[in-house]
Parts: sequence; C-alpha cells; structure tokens
Amino acid sequence: MIGRSRVSVAVGVWGVIHGLVLLGGLLAPYGFATQHRDFPFAPPSRIHFVDSQGGWHPRPWVYRLVPDKNAGFGYREDQSEKFPIRFLVRGDPYKILGWSSFETHLVGVDRPAKLFLAGTDSLGRDVFSRILIGGQLSVMAGLLATVVALGIGLAVGMVAGFYGGWRDAALMRGAELFLALPWLYLLLGLRAFMPLRVSTIQSFFLVVLVIGIVGWARPAQLVRNLVATLREREFFVAARSTGSANARLIRSHVLPHVTSPILTQGALLVPRYIMAEVTLSFFGLGVGEPFPSWGNMLADLQNYHVLVSYWWMLLPGIPLVIVSLGYYGFASWIRVGGKLPT
Amino acid sequence: MNIRFEFWHWLQILPGLACGAKLFLRAALALAMLIAGLTAPLVAEEMLVSTAPVGRPGGRLVVALRAEPKTLNPLFAADAPSLAVIRRTVGDLVHINRWSQRTEAAVAKSWTVSPDGRTVRLELRQGLRFSDGHLVDAADVLFSYQLFLDEELGSPYRALLMVNGKPLEVQEIDHSTIEFHFSQPQAAGLRVFDSFAILPEHLLRPLYEAGKVSEAWNLTTPPAEMAGLGPYRLKEYRSGERVVLERNPYYWKMDVAGTRLPYINELIFIFVPTEDSQVIRFQSGETDLIDRIGARNFKILAATSESGTYRMADLGPGLAYEFLFFNHNDLSSKNLPAIQQKQSWMNRLEFRQAISVAIDRKAIVRLVYDSLASPLATHVSAGHKYWRNAQLKPTEHDPQEARRLLGSIGFSWDEQGTLLDAEREPIEFSIITNSSNPQRIDTATLIQEDLRQIGIRIQVVPLEFRSLLGRVLHSQNYEACLLGLRSGDADPNPDLNVWLSDGPNHLWNLGQERAFGWEVELDRLLKGQVGEMDASERKRMYDRVQELLAENLPVIFLVSPRVLVGAKSGIENFRPAVLDHSTLWNVEELYWREEDG
Repeated sequence: MIGRSRVSVAVGVWGVIHGLVLLGGLLAPYGFATQHRDFPFAPPSRIHFVDSQGGWHPRPWVYRLVPDKNAGFGYREDQSEKFPIRFLVRGDPYKILGWSSFETHLVGVDRPAKLFLAGTDSLGRDVFSRILIGGQLSVMAGLLATVVALGIGLAVGMVAGFYGGWRDAALMRGAELFLALPWLYLLLGLRAFMPLRVSTIQSFFLVVLVIGIVGWARPAQLVRNLVATLREREFFVAARSTGSANARLIRSHVLPHVTSPILTQGALLVPRYIMAEVTLSFFGLGVGEPFPSWGNMLADLQNYHVLVSYWWMLLPGIPLVIVSLGYYGFASWIRVGGKLPT
Repeated sequence: MNIRFEFWHWLQILPGLACGAKLFLRAALALAMLIAGLTAPLVAEEMLVSTAPVGRPGGRLVVALRAEPKTLNPLFAADAPSLAVIRRTVGDLVHINRWSQRTEAAVAKSWTVSPDGRTVRLELRQGLRFSDGHLVDAADVLFSYQLFLDEELGSPYRALLMVNGKPLEVQEIDHSTIEFHFSQPQAAGLRVFDSFAILPEHLLRPLYEAGKVSEAWNLTTPPAEMAGLGPYRLKEYRSGERVVLERNPYYWKMDVAGTRLPYINELIFIFVPTEDSQVIRFQSGETDLIDRIGARNFKILAATSESGTYRMADLGPGLAYEFLFFNHNDLSSKNLPAIQQKQSWMNRLEFRQAISVAIDRKAIVRLVYDSLASPLATHVSAGHKYWRNAQLKPTEHDPQEARRLLGSIGFSWDEQGTLLDAEREPIEFSIITNSSNPQRIDTATLIQEDLRQIGIRIQVVPLEFRSLLGRVLHSQNYEACLLGLRSGDADPNPDLNVWLSDGPNHLWNLGQERAFGWEVELDRLLKGQVGEMDASERKRMYDRVQELLAENLPVIFLVSPRVLVGAKSGIENFRPAVLDHSTLWNVEELYWREEDG
C-alpha cells in the first residue's frame, strides 16, 4: 500500500510528465528525426556554470564537441569558445497534438555547438528530443488502448452481468479464452499478415487497436462481477420490482456503481498498455523509423555494443518507470475518492 | 574384412569353446587380417608438405556458427553454416589458397593444360585414403563429378561446371589420372576445381543407384557412413547443440617435420544465433575463433583484447558488397498494380542516378560501420586487388545533382517540398531489409533521411530474412530492397550468376528472358571473359563490365565492409584471410601454443 504523501508525489509527477510529453516539441532542442551525422553516440552535453578559473556564472554554457578517438566515448570538448544556452530559439519545425507547425524551441545553443541533453544515438539523433516525442506516442498509445479495452470490457461485462444466463456464460468463457491467448506471439504472427507499407499513423492505430482488443477481457470480468453482485442487492431488486426499465436501471443504478472501479482499472491499465506498446516496438512491431517510441528506442539496447558502451541509451527506460509509478499513484488517488491527502 | 566377419561368426556359434581355443582363434584372426593387409596394393602415400611453421599436436577448437547446418551433404549445401562444417571434412582436386588467392595442388598433385586451354589432365596423389581408411582413385573423382553434374539431382553447384550451356566432360585415364574437357578455353584455369568435394564412391554409389543421394549425409547420418578427404571427420552431431569433428587420421598433409596434420584433435561447432551472443561467448573464452563481426563489436573486442587472452585482426576490404535495388521484374502476371505503376519511374536510369547521388555513402561508412568499410563504385570492392577498375570512383553525395536529374525527367516539387512525378503523384516507396542485420536497418534509415532531403518519402520495413527472400525471389511483392552479397572468389566467374541477365541470382529482375540495350554488351563481355586466355584482355573486358554497371546502375552500390575477425592468443599459425572461410581455411595448420588448448 502506497502511503498518502507518496500518492500526492506520484500524482504530481504524473502530471508533470504528461505536461512534458505534451509539450515535447517545444521542450525538445531538436527534431526527433534530425541526424547530426558528425556526432554518432555523442555523450550527454556537459552544462557548465563554473569556468576554468573557478568563476561561477549564472548563465550556463556548453562547449563544442570534437571527435577524438582517444577521448572518452570518442569526443572531447573544445574549450576555446563558450556557447551559452539560449532560450526560445528557432529550430526544426514541430507540431503540438498534430496541430500547427512551430519552430520555437525552449532551449538551444548556437551552431556549431550542440545541446544533447541525453546524448545521441547511432545516427546522431538527439536522445532527449526523441524521449519527449517518443513519450507522446507511447503514452498516447497506452491511453487510447485503455479507452478501447475499457469500452469493450464495459459493454461486454455489463451485458454478461446484467442479463446473466447463457449470455453470461458465453461472454465470460470468451473472455477466458482471450486471457489464455499467448498475445505476444499472436501479434508477431498478425504483423506478418499486414501489408508491407503501413504508414506511421496506420501502424500507430493498429498497435492501439490490437492492444485494446486483446486487453478487453479483464475489465469485462471486473464489470461483470460488479454488476452480477449489484443484481442481488436490495435497492436493485426494489427498483426492478417497481418496474424500472432496463435502460433506467443501468443508467441510475449500475453505471454509478461501476464508474469508480472502472476508472481505477483504467489508471492501472494505462501503464500496462504503455508497456505493451514498448514491448511491441522493442520487437520491431510498433511504429517504424524514423519515428521514436520508448520501445523502439530501447530496442537499440539489443545490440551488445550499445548496451556495454553507451549508458545514455538506457535513459528512455526512466520516464517509463516514472509514468508507470505515476499511474499507480493516480489509481490510488481515484480509490480514495479523488481527494489529495492533506 | 570378410575373413574377420567369418571368424567372429565362428566365435558366436561355438560359445562352449575353452578359453585356450578362443585365444587360438583370435591369433588366427590377427594372422588373417595381416595377410589381408599384405595382399592390398602396396603404395607409398604421397603427402603434401605444408610450409607453415611446425606446431604441436593436441587440444580442441570451439567455433560458433550463426545457425545449425542444414545438411552435411557437399552436393547440396549452400548455406554458410553447412559449408563451414562440410569444407573441413572434404578435399578438392585443386584448391584456392585463401591467403595467397592462388591455386595450389590438393588431392591432385600435378596437372597439364592442353595448348588450346580446353583439356586439363590431373594426376592424383598416390596412396591417398578417405577418412574411413578406404583408398582413393580416379573412379571416385569421376563419380563425384558425375553427381555434381547430374541434372536430376539438381546440385546448386552444377551451374559452375557448365560452360556455354554445356557441362564439362570428365574421363578416367587410369586409376590415378583424370581428364577434364571444357567446351571452350577456361581463363579462370584451375580455380574451377576449388571446393568440388571428392566423394567416396564406395559409400555413395549404392545410395545413388537407389535414388537416395539427396537424402544422404543429413544431420542424422551415423559418422561411420560418411567419409571425406578433409582434415577432419564427423564424430558426433547433437541436434540443436553442437557438431563435433575429430582429426582425420588419414589426412594427406604433413608439416616439414613429418607430423601428419591436423594438429588439433577436435573441432567443435556450437550454434549461437546472433552476432552479439557470439561476441559475448568469444569474450568470455567459450569460443576460440570469431569471424565476420560488425565494426562496433570489433572495436569493443579490440579495446578489451589488451588483457591478452585474444587478438583481433582487421583484414581490410572484403569481397562483400551492400546494395540497394528496385523491383524491375516483369510483374504483368503478378497482380501487383501499385508496384507496376511505380516501375514507370523506378525503371528510369535518371531516377536511379538521382537516388545514387542523393545517398551519402561516407555517412554510411562513418555512422553505420564506424569507418570500417569503404564506399563502392561497383560490386568489385577494394578486396579484389587485381580486378577492380580503379578508374571508377564511388558516387559523391550531391543533392543538387539529384534534383537536377529528377527535374530532367519531368519531376517537380510541391510547396511542401514533396517530389511529384509527371502526373503529379508523390514519389514514395518502401525499402525492405532483413531485421536481423542492424547495420542494414541503420543504412536504410540514413538513406531515408538523405532522400527526404530531395522530397522522397521512404518507409523502412525490416523483415525476417526468410520472408524477405520470399518476397524478392518468389512473390516479387516489394518496391526496393537493401541487401548484401559476397563474392565467393577473387575472380569474376563466381559472380556471373548475379550479373548475367538470365543469371539465377539476378535478384532485381529474375527470369529475364532476353537482354536489352547495354545488357547485351554486358552479357557478351561476361561470357566472353570466361574463355579469354589473355589475362590483360580479360581484365580489360571486366573493367568494361564495371563501367557498364556503374553507368547503368541496375542496382545502387553502397559500401563494402571490412573483414573483421579474432582468435585466442594461444592459437598459432592463425592467418585469417578475406576469402571464405576467413579463420578456418587453414584449420589443419592451427595449433595451440603450450597448454592453451
């Protein structure tokens, strides 16, 4: 059981991460696909406040990176010139929520210096920018897949629980069948049948749909059990005996009782489905290059040389953990009635 | 052997015999075997003396294979893991020394070539024995070539023995002399004999007559039913785990001190599916040799080799070439209208030239291969020291020229910068490549960005290798493909099946019925050089072949990776070579220094 103060921290962090991800394009210093071809596997830029004489400066700066085979990670800083970090600079175009095209980035440095806050990958793409943009994709996939799974689960569970009898038996055995499916292998198999050219949007929605459709069974069981219990409760029997129509029964008596558990269930499912998207992308079944997702970024770690040589390539795993913990905190928050403890 | 059998039979039917009588029978058996041995033809064994430094016998060698061999039958094996094992167990008449790239005597000790270059008479070594102890003679050679040439058996190597559509003829002159007749002179000379295994007639003839050769020597065949002329013979096959080869006690090479090779007692192949896991196993000391590793893994191993347990070698440019090709197949019978429609521009030379100049090969070399590769002008890499046309330079990255070329065929750009064809349809295509090769995926991603700069949208589609081959070879349902090939020899001939317009590996346009335009000249040159006995004229012809390929770009040549290998420090006589098999080609000469083995 998470302590109440931890719940508030988790919810706070959850909010911050979503904000960061939502404004990813603005916060990212570079475009997610921009290749800085002179800087493959460059380590994270060191941000300096103190100069070589020991003097402290309020405005941070970076030095230009120069390839050097003998230096750590193959680069050294050329300390002959300082490049101060600038705010609200023009750079690669990006969109926020698919809307409009902006060119202003929160931070940046003048050329030829580069600001790689989390290093670069094998093609010299800024890992920090890719984590932010990849987060939009991973989190959005998790949220949408949850909506799909809960939607199907709610409908199926409601029918099974409310009507009982053969409908209940058929739907719940179907749900058990779905739970028993080895879904990862199923998805690997499904991908082989899909057309060769799938656009990024298509493959994104495909991933969402597939996760959502595979995942409806658990919420359906939950809703069915809740509704089946409700049916035995006195107030429900009383309402039914007064001749209330089924639609009214569902609207006034069933839905209010299942909303809170469903939302809690949703908050627990989102990180699980983000994880599912990460897994699919890790195995190359998610969105394709050059679009990032946390999964396909982590997939680089399948290469031994990346795993042992470039620690910053592990960084996409950190927001994944934070978002998951944030959602678990969020679920606890819903359970305590949506009130943050004081 | 019959005598032996009968005596044992006697022993079985007389179980009550006293111990003394048994001893008598055993002595008689030994005498009979001695007589049988003496009556066999007495011939001195003519061994080949290796010039490599003298080593010490003993120890074992563990090598990882990327996959389990598919067969141990030299007639049908075509995959690298099968060949890695098989070629250690068989011998050929004349062999290409992988280090010097020149031919040298092997099972044949000498030869004469007729003045017209069409007839080669080879003299076999006397007293040679297969790994089961059976004597070798010209009938085995005749039988082996009969199998390779049998059309019904359908060995994939048959095509290499065909000249102008006619098979070469083999004739047994006497028990140790054999003669080969070609329908036209052979410029590649004796290289044609390399890797054609001499097979034991006494083991395979019954199977051949029963029509079962294609099933022979599979992964479940008992080692006693197999024999060859290689330095090793099969000892054990554990499915999914390992192949164990043991020293062939009848091998026909010895060192200058008179010790029969090979030195190392056991050669063990284990199956390790990915390059990364092979690197980890090599690093941890589980395997003794490693070959064909990527540049970045090589650098990791080189950096950790300072500990002294192993050493790494960069052998320089190899014979492999990476290339991008478009689907030029005739799709009229395939029901693939979308691809057919794109062929209207994929088939245009200017389009391919534009793609070629838009690709930044130096960036591929630097980013994907960590500078351990070289940009290519044609398929002939710098590894082919003699054959490369040095006049041809790799295409330089020039997006402006790409735009000019695309403009010249009526293409234009919309306000977002998207390239449109003459019908104002956007130019988009997908590149398939194999998902198991991270270098290819990275190369495709770089090309994706390069082509985005000139307004072309690319999708990179990594596919599992078999499904990729299925698309390229059978369904032809793809737009462009990024692949690599490796020349089998530093001679033009093994590449003929790729570049001849009707070649079986003419991947971008399979089953092409006739050549058009420049391909007519290409085919004529390729076929002509096979029989051109004047070496400089042959070189001139092959230079022109390269010019034609560079001008007409049937495929877009990218880069050639360097050959990177490694071995435990304790292994002596380690002389890795660019030609296959880089590290095991001289396995019989390898030995362990001191007690390292």
